[in-house]
Amino acid sequence: MSIIQEKITQTDQLVSLFEQNREILNQGSSPILNRIREVSIKRFAQAGIPGLKNEDYKYTNLKAAFEKSYRQELVQESGLINLNEVYKSNIPELDAHLVFLVNGWFYSGNKPGSELPKGVVLGSFEQIANEQPELIQNYINRQAGLSNDPFVALNSAFAKDGFFLFVPKGVIIEKPVQIINLLSSEENLRITQRNLVVAEAGSQVKLVVCDQTLTSVSYLVNSVSEVYVGEDAVVDVYTIQNHNNQTNVINSAFYRQQRNSVLNTGTFILHGGLTRNNLKVTFNGDHSEANVNGLSFSDKKQHTDNFIIIEHASPNCLSNQIYKNILDDESTGAFSGRIHVARDAQQTNAFQRNNNVLLSDKARMQTKPQLIIDADDVKCSHGATVGQINEDALFFLRARGIGEKDARMMLMNAFAHEVVQKITIESLRERIDELIEKRLNGEIAAKHELTV
Amino acid sequence: MLTIKNLHASVEGKEILKGINLEIKAGEVHAIMGPNGSGKSTLANILAGKSDYEITEGEVTFLGEDLLELSPEIRSRSGLFLSFQYPVEIPGVPMISFLKASVNEHRKYKGLEPLTAGEFLKLMRSKKDMLHLDTELTNRSVNEGFSGGEKKKNEIFQMAMLEPKLSILDETDSGLDIDALRIVAEGVNALKTADNATIVVTHYQRLLDYIIPDFVHVLHNGRIVKTGGKELAFELEEKGYDWIKNGNEQ
Repeated sequence: MSIIQEKITQTDQLVSLFEQNREILNQGSSPILNRIREVSIKRFAQAGIPGLKNEDYKYTNLKAAFEKSYRQELVQESGLINLNEVYKSNIPELDAHLVFLVNGWFYSGNKPGSELPKGVVLGSFEQIANEQPELIQNYINRQAGLSNDPFVALNSAFAKDGFFLFVPKGVIIEKPVQIINLLSSEENLRITQRNLVVAEAGSQVKLVVCDQTLTSVSYLVNSVSEVYVGEDAVVDVYTIQNHNNQTNVINSAFYRQQRNSVLNTGTFILHGGLTRNNLKVTFNGDHSEANVNGLSFSDKKQHTDNFIIIEHASPNCLSNQIYKNILDDESTGAFSGRIHVARDAQQTNAFQRNNNVLLSDKARMQTKPQLIIDADDVKCSHGATVGQINEDALFFLRARGIGEKDARMMLMNAFAHEVVQKITIESLRERIDELIEKRLNGEIAAKHELTV
Repeated sequence: MLTIKNLHASVEGKEILKGINLEIKAGEVHAIMGPNGSGKSTLANILAGKSDYEITEGEVTFLGEDLLELSPEIRSRSGLFLSFQYPVEIPGVPMISFLKASVNEHRKYKGLEPLTAGEFLKLMRSKKDMLHLDTELTNRSVNEGFSGGEKKKNEIFQMAMLEPKLSILDETDSGLDIDALRIVAEGVNALKTADNATIVVTHYQRLLDYIIPDFVHVLHNGRIVKTGGKELAFELEEKGYDWIKNGNEQ
């Protein structure tokens, strides 16, 4: 009984925080967002923070994360950022259109506009929702609003800012757009971030999102992104997470693809505390393609949960998923990949693979591939493996004179490389290779410990 | 170079080697023959340092050192080479970077500077020419998608790159067509000097038509039951292993 009471308490606390601050939340926000707020807080109040009995959250317990006390910035507070700190922190330096967000707020010092092609809008979600509501109104909450996830509802209730990117019809942004999400606070901080990307018909854009903590306090991030991929558009989204051990993240990303479009995503979790990634792709038109990949490293007591849904709602589409995890110490991981092929989605090709390497006896991985097929002319496959480092390969390398540590490193790099090589931005691919090497050498963890 | 004295080894409590004695000197080629399950591959793997076996008795000295005390990588760097019966595929590890790491570890052990990329490529080219290999093998991941013959050629290529003092060829002829067998055997012969030694582990006499042994040992039931010159291989081929098995039981 006590468990149920605690659950009510945490949920109620958040609901009353909303009630008490309704005016502040509504202030300066677009009426479109404020309408969504009211519906969403009701949905959240009803659903509550999910416990382990919720099938979708069976392997990821966020109770402890929500029990801590946090400060929350209901209006933008963060001022200047120390760029020296940023560049010491392993964020890939790329030739890119670069913008910063600090604690979920679009940084006022950003000047991304000058080099972007004409008509492209990159800026603060809050500001654009106010100034150019016509750009967001057809897209905002179109996907997220259909979700039953309580954290998505919670995000919609509190969301004020994040980034917004609009790529008009036929426009190709050649250089990647790099979004750096910095978390910087001296006290525990709860962050709500809302992002929206609209890539109109025939447009192309590559996004690199880097999540980085700059201090060692506990952060609780609840971020929702909606990405609209128009007809014939090509959108790539790569996320590199490098958070401290005390940080808990719920990332929900919704992709809607129109016909003939291509989506490539890669989620790289180098370091973190507890990470839950919800990712949903909906094929809303035929002959579209989605390549959805992920790679994560965890050690100590870290936890990573990738919860993927591919909704084949239209015929002749192709989806590929490869998710890999390397788990050490007492870390745990979960993967759930649901492919749903609707009745009319004939000629669907849907493939999914989840491979995991456990480096210690205490590391645990839960994997749950799911195929739900209502059409009859489809090609689908799924597979999952959980294993150790291949001992025969290790012996082979050692028998050729390569030391055990180096040989292990070689094999782990090889395991990771399949996901890395799918990155379509060459310079990013190289940087990720370097970061993985650092991660496997323990240098990234050491960096986090230094900041404590 | 290598001295094996009264070597006993077991796997999961089952004794596989029951007292092996063997002496190998520089410049010699030894063939170890025997029926399936006689312990040939176990002996090869133990010499290379595979940890699946428990050594219950005996000693092995390699170049004056207690071999059984050394890790597989130190054995390799000291000049011992095992050509695997089943070379493992390692997707994602490029052949070139693996081989460069391997060669440079050997150089480091000898107190030599690592090879530059240019020097390494030059060395690779010269060894390939020497073995008449095509260039394809080195552009891929280690053994990934290689045919059986390609894997064995690749083993001999690694042997050429590392120039070991003692090479152990574990069933290098198994699954090889006659052309591949010839290339492999010619490679082994080309690498032969007065300072190195070779152990050829094989089930069939055929390989010994190409790599002429100085000594032939017949392994049966964990022991060397017969030792002779190259003519012993012909005798075995003619009479079959039953001759040894029956002889051993009498």
